[in-house]
Amino acid sequence: MALLVIAEHDNAVLKPATLNTITAAQKIGGDIHVLVAGSNCKPVAEAAAQVAGVAKVLLADDAALAHPLAEALAPLLVGLARNYSHVLASATTTGKNVLPRLAALLDVAQISDICAVESADTFVRPIYAGNALATVQSKDAIKVITVRGTGFDAALASGGSAAIEAVSAAAATDLSSFVSAEITKSERPELTAARIIVSGGRGMASQENFKMLEELADKLGAAVGASRAAVDAGFAPNDLQVGQTGKIVAPELYVAVGISGAIQHLAGMKDSKVIVAINKDEEAPIFQVADYGLVADLFQAVPELSKAL
Amino acid sequence: MKVLVAVKRVIDYNVKIRVKSDQTGVETANVKMSMNPFDEIAVEEAVRLKEAGKAAEIVAVSMGPATCQETIRTALAMGADRGILVQTDDELQPLAVAKALKVLCEKEQPGLVILGKQAIDDDANQTGQMLAALMGWAQATFASKIVLEDGQALVTREIDGGLETIKVKLPAIVTTDLRLNEPRYASLPNIMKAKKKPIETVTPADLGVDAAPRLVTLKVSEPAKRQAGVKVADVAQLVDKLKNEAKVI
Repeated sequence: MALLVIAEHDNAVLKPATLNTITAAQKIGGDIHVLVAGSNCKPVAEAAAQVAGVAKVLLADDAALAHPLAEALAPLLVGLARNYSHVLASATTTGKNVLPRLAALLDVAQISDICAVESADTFVRPIYAGNALATVQSKDAIKVITVRGTGFDAALASGGSAAIEAVSAAAATDLSSFVSAEITKSERPELTAARIIVSGGRGMASQENFKMLEELADKLGAAVGASRAAVDAGFAPNDLQVGQTGKIVAPELYVAVGISGAIQHLAGMKDSKVIVAINKDEEAPIFQVADYGLVADLFQAVPELSKAL
Repeated sequence: MKVLVAVKRVIDYNVKIRVKSDQTGVETANVKMSMNPFDEIAVEEAVRLKEAGKAAEIVAVSMGPATCQETIRTALAMGADRGILVQTDDELQPLAVAKALKVLCEKEQPGLVILGKQAIDDDANQTGQMLAALMGWAQATFASKIVLEDGQALVTREIDGGLETIKVKLPAIVTTDLRLNEPRYASLPNIMKAKKKPIETVTPADLGVDAAPRLVTLKVSEPAKRQAGVKVADVAQLVDKLKNEAKVI
C-alpha cells in the first residue's frame, strides 16, 4: 500500500502544513510518496525529500503548474491517484479547492478536514463548526482526504533521504488562468503555525486600534488573528480570520481581545492549549472556554499588558 | 444567460446543536432551520447579476425532504424565478448532490452555477468543486468578487495568504465566500409573490442518480468539553499566571 501526499508550496518553500499531513499519512501506514507539482519548484522537492518518513518524491515541473489551479492539477492527480490507496492534502484553501475535484473525477467521496485516524478506512472529522465529531468509514477504493493541520504534529523536516522522480504534467487546459494575487505581507509568524496568537474582535473598534495588538504580538513573538466581525468591519484583512470559515488554529497561547466568542469563532481556536480572554462584558461566551479571563476595558488592559512583558 | 443556484436547508447558524444520546447524529427535531448562510450569498449574487442585466433567469435548486420547499421559497422571495426540488428522505452526500446537479445542468444549460463554499452542518466544502469536475467546467471557489465579461468571469478568491484573481471560461462553477455580498431581506410583498412562482419536484431516481452514501457515519460524538478557567483581577496577575502557572510566556 502506498499513499500520495500533495505538497503545499509557493514554488520556493515547502509549507509547514505539508509536514502535518505527512504525519497523518504515517498514522494510516504504508509507503509515503510526496507530489511536488509546480513550476521551477526543484528546491521544494529537495526539501520534501529530506522529510523523515517520505519514501519517494514525485516532481511535476511545468510552467502550466506555476499556480495551483484545480483545472490544471486535477488531470495530473487523476493519472497518479490510481496507483495509491490514499491521496492526502492539507485542508488549506489549495487542498480544499483541488481534492474534491479529484475525488469526483475518480468517482469517490472526499473526506474533509480529518483530525484523527482510526484505521486505514476510518477517520474522525469535525462537523457543525466543531460542535460534534463524526467518525466516518469510507467504502471507496481510493480515499481522498484533506487533513486538519492542528490535529497532527509536524513530521521532522530532516532525516529523510527520499529519491526524486520526475513525472510529466498533463496537457494544459484553457478553462482557467491566473491573473494576479494580493498577498498580505507580514513579518510575524504564519497564523496557522504560530506558537502564540493575539486576536482582535469587534471590540477593537477601528483598524488603527489593531496596532495595539500588533505591539503586543511583537512583544510575544506572536501572530495576529481576527474574528469575522473585525474582518467584516475592515479592521483586519480576511486572511487573518480565525473560525469555521477562516483558519483553524491551535497555538499554545491564544489571547482573545474584544471577541465575544460566537460558536463560529470558537470552532477555529478552541483546541488552543491556553486561552486568555480580555473583554469588558463579563457575560461574554468566550469566558466559558478561557483558562484566564480578565474583565477589563481592552484599551487600558492591552497597553498595560504590552508594558508588563 | 441562465444562472443556477444551489441552496441547502440546515440548522440555523445561531443554534447550539445537541448530539443525540445514541450517537447516531445531531438532534434536528424541533430545531430552527434556515437557508445555509453561504447559499443566501449565492442567491443574492445571482439576483444582483440579474438586476445588472447579466442574467436572464435564476433557477434555485434544493435537495432533501419536502421541507426544503421552504428554502426554495426563500430564494424565490429574494428574487429567483423558479425552483426545482430534488426530493428524498435519504441522506445526501456531496458527491450525490453534485451528480444530481450535473443532470440538472445538462437539462437547464446554465451559463453560471453559484453555490455556497460550504454548508455549515457537514462543513464539507466539496459540492461545487465536484460539480465542476463532473461537468468538465472551470471552478472559482471562495469567491469574494465576480466580474462577468465576454464569455469569461474574473473572480477574486480568498486564499490563505490573501486574495487571488483568476479568469475562468463560462460556463463555470462559482462558490461564494462570506465577503462576496450582503444578502437582502425578502420583503413581505416579495414573499407573497414567491408563493406564485413555480417549483418543480423530481426525485434522484427521476434524474437517474444513485444517491447512496459513500461514507458511513459510524458515530457522532461530542468533542471534549473545555472547562471555564479563572478570572484574574488585573494585568499583573494575568502576566504572573501566564509565566508561572501556564508557563506559556
